[in-house]
Amino acid sequence: MIGLTHYMILSSLLFGIGVYGVLSKRNAVAILMSVELMLNAVNINFVAINRFINPDQVVGQLFAIVVIVVAAAEVSVGLALIISIYRHRKSVNLSDFNLLKW
Amino acid sequence: MSMVTINDMAFVCIALFTILSALGMVLSRNIVHSALALIMTFIGVAMLFFHLDAGFLGLVQILVYAGAISVLIIFAIMLVMHGEPNQTNRFNPSLGTHLWGAYIALLMTAGLVAAIWFSGLPEVKGRTVEDAVGLLAELLLGKYVIAFEVAAVLLLLAVVGAIILARGVEEK
Repeated sequence: MIGLTHYMILSSLLFGIGVYGVLSKRNAVAILMSVELMLNAVNINFVAINRFINPDQVVGQLFAIVVIVVAAAEVSVGLALIISIYRHRKSVNLSDFNLLKW
Repeated sequence: MSMVTINDMAFVCIALFTILSALGMVLSRNIVHSALALIMTFIGVAMLFFHLDAGFLGLVQILVYAGAISVLIIFAIMLVMHGEPNQTNRFNPSLGTHLWGAYIALLMTAGLVAAIWFSGLPEVKGRTVEDAVGLLAELLLGKYVIAFEVAAVLLLLAVVGAIILARGVEEK
């Protein structure tokens, strides 16, 4: 029988894949995509806990909507920053982003 | 031995689809393929929301993630991509950093899965509400109206800030 445990394990696996992407990739856009994956895993947790622990309320879904809004804001600002840095450095490799180093 | 219902089969299929798409996103060497796999993952998560009786959230997921955010990411990839497509999304060339990343991610996932598996999580076998969208609207425009307004202002500020950042400062 599928229950809360299975959903939470699935969401942990997705979160772990996202962490692996963030820590081992060099392309700034790919890292932003991995962060989106982690936020999605958090949303699955919110909705699953709402469904299995407090099914006669929808507060978990409301939290998930707020997370989606913040994720949309984050990805738009992040991509704008990447485009802005690309204009100066002609690269999206994170190793080349050493503007604050002397 | 408990019966395997069609509901469980559906969950297993959706879970496999989502996990495999996510792995494809991380392991692909071509950033365009990564973006396509990411869209598949978003659609898989939307199917999970439908499976959890959260139909409105599933639709929002398809509209916002699979629709808007993926288009934004693909536009950014088109603007910044140059060189050989198969070399656009490589792993860290330093093997040590790569292995440390894999090790930390694996350790964290194993710890989380073990913690979830061995803690008996309570479950309520209640029915979900009939009019979930109406209840959601009532909460969003009633008790949580401040969060709603703050989210609206945040979105406006973020989009205006993104336009200013991407346009760049004009050189005098």
